[in-house]
Parts: sequence; C-alpha cells; structure tokens
Amino acid sequence: MPRESRLPVPIRNALPEGRILEDPATRLVYEYDAWSIVRNPPLAVAFPESTAEVRNLVRACIESGVAWTARGAGTCLSGGATPSGGTCLLIETSRMDRILSLDPEDRIAVVQPGRINLELSRAAAPFGLHFAPDPSSQSASTLGGNLAENAGGPHCFKYGMTTDHVLGLTLVDGEGEVCRLHRDDGLDLCGLVVGSEGTFGVLTECELRLIPTPTAVRTFLASFSSMEAACRAVAKIVSSGTVPAALEILDRLSIEAVEASVFAAGYPKGADAVLLVELDGEEDEVEAERIPVLRAVQSEAPLEVEETSDPEQRARLWRGRKGAFGAMGRLKPDLFVLDGVVPPSKLAAVLAEITAIGREQDILLSNVFHAGDGNLHPNLSFDGRNPGERERAMEAGRRILKLCVDAGGSISGEHGIGFEKIEHLSYLFSPTDLEILGEVRRCFDPAERCNPGKVLPLGRACGEGSSARRPGILPSREREDP
Amino acid sequence: MIPTDEPCLSAADPGSPPPPTDLPQDAALEMLRSPYERSLDCVHCGLCLPPCPTYRVSGHESDSPRGRILLIRAMAEGRLSPDDASGWEALDGCLDCRACESACPSGVTYGRILEETRRERPRLARGSLRERSLRFLLDRFIASPRGRKAALEAAVLLRALGLDRLLSRLPVLPGLLRHALSLGRSLPPRSSRRPIPPGLYPAEGPPKARIGLFTGCLMEDFFGNANRAALSLLRRCGLEVLVPSDQGCCGALHLHQGFEEACVRLLERNFAAFEGVDFIVSTAAGCGSTLREAGAIRGNDRACAFSSRVLDLSVCLDRFGPPPRPRAVPLRVVWDDPCHLRHAQGITEEPRRLLRGIPGLRLLEVEASESCCGSAGIYNLRRPETADAILERRLEALLGSGAEAVVTGNPGCQLQIANGLRARRSPLEVFHLAEILERAAGGGETAPKAPALNGSRSSRPA
Ligand SMILES: Cc1cc2nc3c(=O)[nH]c(=O)nc-3n(C[C@H](O)[C@H](O)[C@H](O)COP(=O)(O)OP(=O)(O)OC[C@H]3O[C@@H](n4cnc5c(N)ncnc54)[C@H](O)[C@@H]3O)c2cc1C
Ligand code: SF4
Ligand code: SF4
Repeated sequence: MPRESRLPVPIRNALPEGRILEDPATRLVYEYDAWSIVRNPPLAVAFPESTAEVRNLVRACIESGVAWTARGAGTCLSGGATPSGGTCLLIETSRMDRILSLDPEDRIAVVQPGRINLELSRAAAPFGLHFAPDPSSQSASTLGGNLAENAGGPHCFKYGMTTDHVLGLTLVDGEGEVCRLHRDDGLDLCGLVVGSEGTFGVLTECELRLIPTPTAVRTFLASFSSMEAACRAVAKIVSSGTVPAALEILDRLSIEAVEASVFAAGYPKGADAVLLVELDGEEDEVEAERIPVLRAVQSEAPLEVEETSDPEQRARLWRGRKGAFGAMGRLKPDLFVLDGVVPPSKLAAVLAEITAIGREQDILLSNVFHAGDGNLHPNLSFDGRNPGERERAMEAGRRILKLCVDAGGSISGEHGIGFEKIEHLSYLFSPTDLEILGEVRRCFDPAERCNPGKVLPLGRACGEGSSARRPGILPSREREDP
Repeated sequence: MIPTDEPCLSAADPGSPPPPTDLPQDAALEMLRSPYERSLDCVHCGLCLPPCPTYRVSGHESDSPRGRILLIRAMAEGRLSPDDASGWEALDGCLDCRACESACPSGVTYGRILEETRRERPRLARGSLRERSLRFLLDRFIASPRGRKAALEAAVLLRALGLDRLLSRLPVLPGLLRHALSLGRSLPPRSSRRPIPPGLYPAEGPPKARIGLFTGCLMEDFFGNANRAALSLLRRCGLEVLVPSDQGCCGALHLHQGFEEACVRLLERNFAAFEGVDFIVSTAAGCGSTLREAGAIRGNDRACAFSSRVLDLSVCLDRFGPPPRPRAVPLRVVWDDPCHLRHAQGITEEPRRLLRGIPGLRLLEVEASESCCGSAGIYNLRRPETADAILERRLEALLGSGAEAVVTGNPGCQLQIANGLRARRSPLEVFHLAEILERAAGGGETAPKAPALNGSRSSRPA
C-alpha cells in the first residue's frame, strides 16, 4: 500500500495485493449507486474473484468489526449498493463475471454474480436460449444485482420476475459461512434470499434457468391523445385473455425526453401517451393474439398504430423505452425514480393524482411504466442545487408512494427498498411485522453487518451483540478451497 | 482484533470528510466551469460502464466514464484535490474512444468534458517533479506527431539493421520504448510509403465537386499507399482532388493531451489551406473527427464552416460514388469500426455498404466490433499493458470470426491490430478501406501484399 492504510490488517491480507483499493479517487467514485440522495464513501473497495475470496473477506470484516456492502454495477435505484457508512467495506463483484457452466440441454447456466444480464443472454443465444428477466438496465446491471433486487422488466408480465428463473445460489452469509441453497431443498430458502437486497449475505454463484428464445415476435406501438385511453386499452387487452410479453406506457414528457436523446425511437411527439405491446411465441400463437390486441387498441381511437416483426424496427421501438431513464437526465441535473405498484384497474386514476402532486410540489414529473402489472415509475427531475427543490422532490415521492398504498398497491415493484424507502415501510407493515422480518434476516446475518441499514430499520442485534443464530436452519457446506 | 467504529451505521453517517484541497474552491470551479456544467447531464445510471474498454479490463469504477465524470465534478466542487494523483491516474487512463457517448441515453458530452479538464491540468495540479518531467517528455515527443514519427522511424531503421529484436530484449529498455520498437516492426515497408505530391488532380469525367484531400501526418508517412488509393478512388467517383501543400497536422493528439491552444494553431493553418474546396476528405478517422469538431472547439464561423465540410472518405465515396468495383476480391473480411468513426462521428453504415458492394467479398460481423482496439492515439505507448489487454479482447473476436482480413479506417488502429496479429502469428491481413476498394476498382498494385502489413508470414518470433 503506497499510502498509510486505514484498513485493519485482516482485511488487508484477505485478498492478493492490488485488489483492495482505498485511494481517494476510488473511495469517491463508489460513494453511491444510481440513487443519488445518500452518499457514503466506503472504507475501501475490494475486488474478489471467487467464492473463497469473498468468504475470506467477509471473515476478515467480522474479525475486524467492519460492515460490508456488496455491489454489482451500481445501477440500483434505491441506494442498495451505496456503502452503509464510512466504516463499511464495499465488495465489488465486477471481476466475478465468468459463466461457470452453460448446459443447453438442461437449459441451466451457473454464473458468477458479476456477469452482466445481457451478456448471459448473448452467450446463450447460439443455443436459441436466453435469460428472461430484462430490466431496462440489462445492458449494464449484473445478475447478482438482479437477484438481490428481484429485478423485473417489461417481459416479466408474461415470464415472471427474476426469482422465477433462479434454481439455486451460493451465498456467503453474515457469519462468513458458504451456503449452497437450491430450490428443491425442502424449505425454499433460496426464494427467501432472492430480493433480500444483499442483507442476507453476498451471492457468489447463481444457478439460473434459461428459456428458449421465441421464434416469432411482434411489436406494436400505439399513440393516444390521452393517458386514460392508453390505460383503458391495456385493461381491454388484459381482460381479453391475451398474455402479451410486454405492455409498457410512456407519457408525454418521457416521449419528448427520449426523442431528444440518442435513443430517439421515432415516437410521435404530439401524443399524450404511447403504448408498447409485444407478443411472442410460436408463429400461429402470435398470429392469433394479434387480433384481440389490435381490436382493443383500435377501440380507443389511437392517433397512430405501428406494427412490426422486423428485428431492427423492433429494436428501434424498444430503444426509447429502454433509454427513457437516462434521457430524463437531459431535463434536470438530478433524477429520482419511484417504483410504486397499483392494481391495474386504478392506473388511470392514480396517474392523474400523481400528475397533480407533481404540479403542487412544482417538480417536473414524467411517467414510464409496466402497465400490465401496474408497476409505476414516476420520474422526478430536479436540480438539487436550488434551495428547497430536493426537499420538494422527496415530499412528492413520499406522497406518491402513500397514494399507491392507499390505492391497494405497494411501495416497490422491482427497485427495492434500500435506503430510499425504509421510512415508507410503515405504510405497509406494523412494527410487529417489521420485527418478524428482522428475525428472518438475522437467521442469515445475526450481527447485522451485511449491508446494514438497508431494507429494514436496524434491529436489536445492533449494538447489543449478536442474537444467537438458530442452529441448523441453513444447509451450509464448505467448499474445498485452495 | 482492531478496534474500529460501530459496525451498524445509519444512512446519515457522513463517512470521512473530503480530502483537503490546496486551491481555493472557487478557483477550481472557475477553471472547470464548462466541464462541470456538462457533467450535470450525467444521472449516474451506469449504462456506459460495459462498453468502456478500460472498465472492462480492471472492473474499477474509477476506470469507467461514470467514475471519471464524478471525479471531475468532485474536483470542481472541491471534494477531491485537483492535485490528487489517484484522480489523475484515473483520468489519464481514459482512451478517449467515446464508446461511452454512444451508450449514454442522457447525451453526456464526455469527450469534451475530458478534453476541457485536461486543458486546465497545468493550472490545476502541479504534480511531483518526476510526474511533471515524464509528462513533459510524453507530451512534447510522443504526443507530437513529429516526435512519434521520429521514434517510429528509428524503430524502422533498427529493423533494417536487424537490431530491433536484440534491443527489445534488453532488460534495461523501458517498456515504452520496447513497445515502440514492436510497433515499428508492424509498419509497412518503405516502398509502400511514397507520399502524394501536392497539386490539383483532375476528376475522371466531368467533375461533380472539388475535394481537398487531408493527408494527415502519420497516415501520409506510414500509410501513403492508402492515401494514394483514396486519391484514385475519389477521382474515379468524378471528383476533382486538391492536395494542398500547406496543409498540416490536425492537432488531434495535442487536443487529447490537453494542449488545446496548440491544436487550435494547427487547425487555423488547415482552415487556410483548404479555402475554396467543396469538401475536405480525411482518410484517418481520428483526424477526421478532430477536423469535424473544429467548430465546437474554436467556436467561430470560420471554424464551423470548415467543420461542416469535412467528410470521412467512406462517407464521401458513398455519397458521390460508389466507385466502380469490377474486380472480385474473394475474401472474408471484418470491418473494424474505428472508435473515432463509430462513436465520435456516428459512422457505421457507409463503410459496410461500400464493402458489401465488392463482388466476391463476404462481410462478417463480429461482436465487440464497437470496442476500442487499444491504440487510441498514443495510449498504446503510454499504457502498454492496458492497451494490450484491450487489444486481446478485440483480437479474440476477430480470430474467432473466420475472417481472412480486417479492414479499417484509421492508421493507429491499423498499426495496433496488425501488431497484435503479428504477435499471435495470425495470417490475418489488415487493410485500409481505400486499399480494398481500389483493388476492387482495378487499381491492383496499391494493395500491399504480405508481409507488408504484418510480418507474420515470415516466422519471426514476436
Ligand atoms: C436506467 C435504469 C433502468 C432500470 N430499469 C430497471 C427495471 O426495468 N427493472 C428493475 O427491476 N430494475 C431496474 N433498474 C434498477 C437496477 O438496475 C436493478 O435493481 C438491478 O438489478 C441492479 O443491479 P446492479 O448489478 O446494478 O446491482 P447494484 O446496484 O450494484 O446492487 C443492487 C443491490 O444488490 C446488492 N448486490 C449486488 N450484488 C450482490 C451480490 N453479489 N450479493 C449480494 N447482494 C448483491 C447490493 O448490495 C444492492 O443492495 C434500473 C436502473 C437503471 C439505472
Ligand atoms: S472515452 Fe472510452 S475509455 Fe474513456 S471513459 Fe469513455 S468509453 Fe471509457
Ligand atoms: S450513461 Fe451517461 S448518464 Fe449514465 S452514467 Fe454514463 S455518462 Fe452518466
């Protein structure tokens, strides 16, 4: 170490030379993820390459009394990958990106967690397979991050969220034990870990299901002069019994932002809403489903309807949707993306109220969302340098989430709780609920050192030593490590 | 066990205070005003990480565009000392390949952010004596085309004398020189390096427009063949071609190193030299991109008028041609997108269209064709290890593609790829687009024959 190291010796010795960095530039760039509200420089950043190295790191942290946070690509929108605090070690998985095995016959891939989502699908493409969950960040986000957040995406309406595609995983838990969990192992502990936002341990291997890439895909783009019409069209499609692969809506401000960016997709600029519908499957299946979709769309007097199965044209139509978040960056220096869920039947009404909240708080507000499952993504664009603007944005966010819960929905569809929504948990859970959830978490991480302060408020274990772990719950098996 | 702070931390934990800076905060902000304003477009989404070649090598956020932008912003905000070595280490590691710009949904003008920051470097940071002297040497000799030419000429001379391999094995030789020697071995032989005499060359048939051919320094000195092929192709397309004698270096290398003034001086000279032509055509993607950005750099009408007339050779041939392609070129080739064509100028279709029109030629696509080859101006001389690691990824894709030749449009890339292939003893040949097109047009002899572009056929050890 060139400078005087601030690191406890066990941590310094946990990895080979040069794979733990603590220089000012490194500590600065890892202060936060894609949610910019809370920033904490980590104590240092470690770059392990294997399960054994992660285990060594975690054990060294335990020995030194240091907390740790795992990080993939840092695209998390709720602060999950932001270091828990100034004495937190960041464990970055970017160097754990290998595919350990890919079995096209059984359609199973075992990957390290730092593998980028899209790059798994790319490797599976020659076998006619792909990994179905497709968060809009899929070109950058890692599978470890996807599992930790139980990420969703446009195509999850038909194919299910990340958790539906996980067969097993390897986890270094809060006590530095290597646990191998499998879906078939009796109690579905594996399902418990998916979506725990890195608070149960650090994932080091993921066993994932691949599915055949559909032979026929057809994408529709319909533009409407009102958001209500677009939402009604969605309701009609869903009630017709058709299960589109994706149902996405962008509102006027989003359309404008996208069209001004490199992701310009040719969305009609005057429209109040555009609806993207995708059908996939076998040729005849798609052909049969296209009629009810077109009927539903036509009945709402669309401004324009485009239909294509040409791969390039489809990519163009999707480009705008996938780039919508970044395109909002053009509007204001700061962006705060919400992730509320409402029953699909209440979409139009809730959206109208959300718009009203934006207006009241004087915050630029746009909406891009998964209409099929009522997962809203209101984007709040603001300039945090202006006095009061950040606070107004936070207040708008708080009111919108409350609105979603009051409408019978939830505060998070897929972006997680992280730091961002901890205080909003009380809209959904009683103190007793939270206590029980805390108990579950402490089965994996009794001392709450693993990504502390995220998802759940810090519980009893903190400060008073560790509550005893219930023995025998986790099937833990050490690997023969070198 | 080492006593450390409470492990359980709340979100409000401020962490450690920002490192102190020597400059008064406002001074740094004033100097970095423009890059700072540009950086505000970044929403920290991370979509630019995977395409960034340096991030892919190290996996460090500080080697990524998002990280670099944050470092510059932090310098402006006084949260990172402008003298901090780790910060400049990260910024210096950038290839300036602009792959991040193509991926960014927010339209962040990363290239300008970096160039404007590097421009302010001497005022912002003193650095240690060793650092400063090293930078001086690099900047004055390697970053200047003349200095680089001298180094490469020396390498060629050593090769002629048969001393190069001997020298490059000497353990005392610094890595940089060793690398220059290795590149020198991949240069085309002197016979194929005749420069074009300045003058006005008539069009074949009635002239459609008057073109000014920008010959470039490295391009002209070492790849004169390609320039001559370009001249011939332009004329075949019915274009009159002026090769001005008083043209000069475009200033790209200076610009990328932060010497914007030097770049502007060089640009001014070219504004004058190309007065009166309809279009200025560049055969080198790197030069073309700087010439096309002259307007943005200089910001006056004259510069803008100049910039708007600059075309890459492929665009010009596609627009006014295509040139006749009567002769078959039975090769499986890969078009290797130079970063400064694909990312800086957004040109991907024209060269492919021209190649596809050649009878007998099969154009293959490889994954990662959008990723830098590691040449990046003088990057391969400054950071040979990173450049090699980046090249490795690219070569793997090329070698796995089944192609027989690689076609590109930038001298630096041509040299870098040829060098990498030679080291791997691959039989793949590397051509400039103009050479292949000219061969198809019937001009034959300009396309160099092996081992002109790679010495791999002569089983010289790498
Ligand atoms: C432009 C954009 C679009 C997005 N679109 C979507 C979308 O459509 N759907 C969606 O669901 N999300 C979306 N997101 C959010 C984000 O991309 C996802 O949450 C993603 O899964 C995060 O992956 P990551 O690799 O970036 O993880 P990070 O941000 O690095 O980490 C996320 C969380 O996972 C934990 N973690 C990471 N790696 C591990 C590991 N190995 N072991 C244990 N815990 C780990 C971290 O501690 C953190 O809590 C989007 C984000 C952006 C910026
Ligand atoms: S210019 Fe290239 S090397 Fe530099 S940050 Fe962008 S993608 Fe990375
Ligand atoms: S893609 Fe653009 S907006 Fe996103 S982090 Fe990179 S530079 Fe910033």
